[in-house]
Amino acid sequence: MDRRTFSRNVALVGAAAALSPFGIVRAQQQKLRVGMLLPRSGYLGFIGQSCQKGADLAPGVIRDMLGVEVELMNADFESSVDTARTRAERLIQEGANVLIGAFDSGASAAIAQVAEQRGVPFIVNIAAAPQITEQGYKYVYRVFPTSIDLLRNGLSLIGDLFQTTNTVPRTAVFMHVNDTFGQSMAKGIGAMLPRLTQLPFKIVDTIPYDPTAKDLTVEVSKARASNPDFLLIVSRLNDAIVLRREMVKQRWNPMGIISPGSPGMYEEQFFKTLGKLSDYCITNVPWYNPKQPLTQRVEKAFAKQNPKDQMPYHALNVGFTFEAVLVAADAFKRAKTTEPKALTEAIRGTGIRDRMMIGGPIRFNAKGQVEEQMSASIQNFNLKPRVVLPASAAEAKPVFPVPGYRKA
Amino acid sequence: MPLDLVLNVAISGVLTGLVYGLMALGLSVIFGVVRVVNFAHGEMMTVAMYAATILFSVLKLDPFLAALPVATAFFAFGYGLQKTLINPFVTRPMHSQFILLLAIAIILVNGLLVIFGPDARNVQVDYQLDSFEIGGILIDKARLYAATAALVAATALFAFFRFSLTGKAIRACADNYLGAKVVGLNVKHLYALTFGLGSACVAIAGCALSVLLEVTPQLGPVMTLLAFVIVIIGGMGSMAGALLGGVLIGTSEALAGLFITPSAKSMFSFGLLILVLLFRPQGLLGTRA
Repeated sequence: MDRRTFSRNVALVGAAAALSPFGIVRAQQQKLRVGMLLPRSGYLGFIGQSCQKGADLAPGVIRDMLGVEVELMNADFESSVDTARTRAERLIQEGANVLIGAFDSGASAAIAQVAEQRGVPFIVNIAAAPQITEQGYKYVYRVFPTSIDLLRNGLSLIGDLFQTTNTVPRTAVFMHVNDTFGQSMAKGIGAMLPRLTQLPFKIVDTIPYDPTAKDLTVEVSKARASNPDFLLIVSRLNDAIVLRREMVKQRWNPMGIISPGSPGMYEEQFFKTLGKLSDYCITNVPWYNPKQPLTQRVEKAFAKQNPKDQMPYHALNVGFTFEAVLVAADAFKRAKTTEPKALTEAIRGTGIRDRMMIGGPIRFNAKGQVEEQMSASIQNFNLKPRVVLPASAAEAKPVFPVPGYRKA
Repeated sequence: MPLDLVLNVAISGVLTGLVYGLMALGLSVIFGVVRVVNFAHGEMMTVAMYAATILFSVLKLDPFLAALPVATAFFAFGYGLQKTLINPFVTRPMHSQFILLLAIAIILVNGLLVIFGPDARNVQVDYQLDSFEIGGILIDKARLYAATAALVAATALFAFFRFSLTGKAIRACADNYLGAKVVGLNVKHLYALTFGLGSACVAIAGCALSVLLEVTPQLGPVMTLLAFVIVIIGGMGSMAGALLGGVLIGTSEALAGLFITPSAKSMFSFGLLILVLLFRPQGLLGTRA
């Protein structure tokens, strides 16, 4: 290197160093660095891995759609709220332009605090506790419905189910996980159910339980003793498996098991572990629209990346995680910068009509919450989740009351 | 509250407690003789649970039959561990022993994570979802078999210490270390034998629990804590105390879940621990030092 080249290089490095605090160099970044925070191990591990599939396929699909480069920075927070907080800090230190995650409400609330303090946008893919978008945060956005919306849609679909199947169950036992999500759902049900006079049933017992519980003998014994017509459940995945097994052990056969909007019973692991015992469980959740062109595009990418897997088992997790990355990439394209404030403003101005999930366009309200989300009623048949309601999207007819279990 | 519900829950608690008791028995035996607290106890049990799941998935071997080879392997492992690694620490301060066994625990957890990953594994035997019905009471078959295995193993261990010459020699070491040496007992060998027996106990408990619980590497620390609570309640070093502690914890957790709230189950067992520490610090069947 001659003296002139050396001097020029030094000058360039100096200029870059001088300009970087003002975001001038950073503004020219060609790709968006997305810090993806998911619980890929621990008791939420299976669902976290399912969400990760949606994240992994996003950069390729988005490159084709928008011509935007997305780089994923993956972090596993091990189903621990504290670890979620520290991983979020580290991702920001390592240069993440936007954070996405975290499936769990408790972890999402912790990450939201970090994002707000550090001034980095955070898009919640899945987490329903309303308080996440009720804190007046400026950098937090959510593409998933709140537990209030989930419940409103879920309970309304329960009414539709009874109407469609001409059944009038009078009693239910409500079992729910006692984490942030479960508590907020329970609170919502307590407030909402008495006002929904069109629903014919009343809750005769409410049983909270630990989502990490390895044994639910007592809980199921208690629920069974109330002899309800059906079981209303807000679960996670592992506990849903333990609970279903325990019901069989205790020979408890209610008219059905219905979730008004929680994970667990439509997940791949639920089918794999329980076999035929997974059949007929009903979950009312936001689901993807198989007829949307974007869904078909994502399905193709999913099949390519996961040749041994099927997307219906990951529908909700893949759908919302992909849409969260899409929101970030779309904002980056419009903002033409990774500068946090500009990127956040661009996210606020999102208006995506061509989407995967059933519902209106992705548009955030003043609190950073997407509205107009809808749910579908999913029932398990032959080890697959099938849409049974609304009738317009139904792939099968709902079965209620469900037939007695047989050994898997 | 219906009586059959209370009985159902209480029986389930007693049966689970017996398996917990067998697990804690291993910890109590080792401490009672070697005076080393095995802080890797739960992690060792998790390894046994993984061994049972592998033997089931590869050879279709029922976990209760798998308990024999797994316990034998664990006996050899425990014997070797005591002879090579732990023995030099027997006379060292407790914090050195604590760090050593904590290191072993961390190695075991991370080894399991590396080999098996974080996902839960389980054994699915034919009788796992079956129950016996007596009157209006349902008794979970798998839980009953597990409790029976625990009782058989515990009885065999009691008989070994009570009636065999080696058992009596081990008890002599526990009673009087110097005296045992003076009369010419091979204390190092007997200590290693005790550690091996404790490890075999934990292996049988692990195999029995594999039909009741899903196993993950993170289960280890939880089980270590549970074993400690049980032996402290029952009395450190007391074999009968460990079984009693297990049954008490299993039953009280089940009944607390029924009468108070299921979320209060663990809270109740720790409450019991505090009461025992306050009013009978040596444990229910322990003797004062």
